[in-house]
Amino acid sequence: MTEVTEQQSVLRVANISKEYSLGQGLLNRFGGAKKASLKALDGVDLDLRRGEVLALVGESGSGKSTLAKILVGALKPTGGEIHELGLAEGAGRKERSRHVQMVFQDPYSSLNPRISVGSMLAGLLRLHRVVPNSEVRAESIRLLNRVGLQEDALQAYPSQFSGGQRQRLAIARALAVRPDVLVADEPVSALDVSIQATILELFKSLQDELGLSILFIAHNLAVVQHLSQRVAVMYLGRIVEIADTAEIFSNPRHPYTRALIDSIPRMSADSVTDPFEVEGEPPSPINVPPGCRFHPRCPVATDRCRTEDPGLTPVGPGHASACLLAAELPPYRGVPALKEER
Amino acid sequence: MSEATLLSVRNLSLGVRRKGRPATVIVDDISFGVAEGMRFGIVGESGSGKSMTLRAIANLLPAGVEVLSGSIEYRGKDLRAMPARSRLALAGQEIAMIFQEPMTALNPVMRVGDQIAESPRRNLGLSKSAAMDLAVDMMRKTGIPDPARRARAYPHELSGGLRQRIMIAMALSCSPKLLLCDEPTTALDVTVQHQVLRLLEQLCEDTNTALIFVTHDLGVVNQTCRELGVMYAGELVERGRVKDVFAGPRHPYTKGLLDSAPDFDQPDRELIAIPGFPPNLADRATGCPFQPRCAFAVERCATDRPRLESVLPGREAACFESARIFEGVTA
Repeated sequence: MTEVTEQQSVLRVANISKEYSLGQGLLNRFGGAKKASLKALDGVDLDLRRGEVLALVGESGSGKSTLAKILVGALKPTGGEIHELGLAEGAGRKERSRHVQMVFQDPYSSLNPRISVGSMLAGLLRLHRVVPNSEVRAESIRLLNRVGLQEDALQAYPSQFSGGQRQRLAIARALAVRPDVLVADEPVSALDVSIQATILELFKSLQDELGLSILFIAHNLAVVQHLSQRVAVMYLGRIVEIADTAEIFSNPRHPYTRALIDSIPRMSADSVTDPFEVEGEPPSPINVPPGCRFHPRCPVATDRCRTEDPGLTPVGPGHASACLLAAELPPYRGVPALKEER
Repeated sequence: MSEATLLSVRNLSLGVRRKGRPATVIVDDISFGVAEGMRFGIVGESGSGKSMTLRAIANLLPAGVEVLSGSIEYRGKDLRAMPARSRLALAGQEIAMIFQEPMTALNPVMRVGDQIAESPRRNLGLSKSAAMDLAVDMMRKTGIPDPARRARAYPHELSGGLRQRIMIAMALSCSPKLLLCDEPTTALDVTVQHQVLRLLEQLCEDTNTALIFVTHDLGVVNQTCRELGVMYAGELVERGRVKDVFAGPRHPYTKGLLDSAPDFDQPDRELIAIPGFPPNLADRATGCPFQPRCAFAVERCATDRPRLESVLPGREAACFESARIFEGVTA
């Protein structure tokens, strides 16, 4: 695994929020009722360090994709700041997009079916003047080779490729402008297991050989554990726990993280019967519960949790949790023993 | 098999018939049996034929796909030879199915309570109010909070997890003997998936319902099933107890699948992908369908097709070199 230089960040967001105001019925409008809004992100601080893979995990509706879209500039946040370190002051949109690139979940809908691979890459290389015009073809071939495809792919169209190969093309497209940061939104969840492994290896090699910083959004914790150095857990628009990968899985300090870990369908062990199993589903981001947003599903919630909204506070070196009871949680028992015969 | 066999699939082949050319075979000559109360998992990648096999049992094959040969016997009676009426009566009452996407499988313009009550009314002859009571009761059993009120909701008013519980309530409303599940938790979040799997397991245990569970997730199959069948390119390539198969695969494809999947309990294990791609089913080569991707292949694999054979008690594999696979010696 690559050594991560401490604290050298490439991308830092502070107190980012994203709110969508919702339509209002006619009667409510006259009745003067308060306009409803959906808080997709509610004050997120995140720091992506140079050369690391930071995983962002959470259930649907937790705001992970919204955060990704804000980072690549596809969405404007309602509030908060984005600092892109290593980028000149007052850099334009084009420069910013060159700094951060994105790989999407579905390789079938994220590639234009009517543009050949060659012209897709050449267009990008020319627009951003990455290489002189005479070297565009050579550079395209180099990019394809980098992601494990051959030169003959240049003439082909996306429909001629399988899902895994398309995801390689999407990665080649993101790499074309030589970004510092790659934001990958569930890049392997649409792929079959055997293909998934090759794409994960590709991400690993990009990190090792190009020194790319990768924000890896996923819901599969086994994948996250395999690839990332740090993990941030999101719940209803907030980061509720962040720590180094080994630390978070061996010593989770937020009940939601523990519930996530316990929910993983295990391949070589039996499932866990932990008191930290949660009931129900995440509530809608339109009505975020008062107090700690996890308290309605939390097995250890107290009265204090129902009124006080905890912020992310340090609980150890490089480890922060947004739980009022973080210090009092019973120790994690870790990997369950294999049960004999059922 | 010691327990009474509930369902037995014999030499089943599915395919698309084409004019003037041989049929494209999607599922090739597979056989397996499911005993009463047994939980049988089928794993494989997209296009391996696992969903089609399930649909053939439920008589829900998409237009164009036909049973080319073989038989599907339920309690000794061939389902295919049965008159359409009696087969329809069996569906819902004895055999039920849960689909992957609860949004598309539920009727969007009908209240969920009525949808659950429909089958008991038709199959068990219950009155409207008795069927509704049963529906609400089933919803309570599947852990839906406030079932009496939720029964009056339409599918779009419910979350994904609740919709999947409605599907389960619907499928189990007539206490079927065999439940067919097609990736029932793939569209759900992990914590909800965990709840739904627990629920399925518990309900099946309570009513001694047999389960055929199709999935691509090896972890899920380990959690829910006892027996396992691995499908590749339309063939059943390995069969046995889940624990035994996971501990020592006897087919190179099974081994490849296990090696390429990240395992949460072994974080430092390197992932080894299977090279190459699954074959094009429209032009099948002679020999073993896995041979082009196989690290263990010998000369014979390119010409002869291995059949599913017993390699150990309770264990079958379709591989000439299965003993070597087990020892991990590559060619």
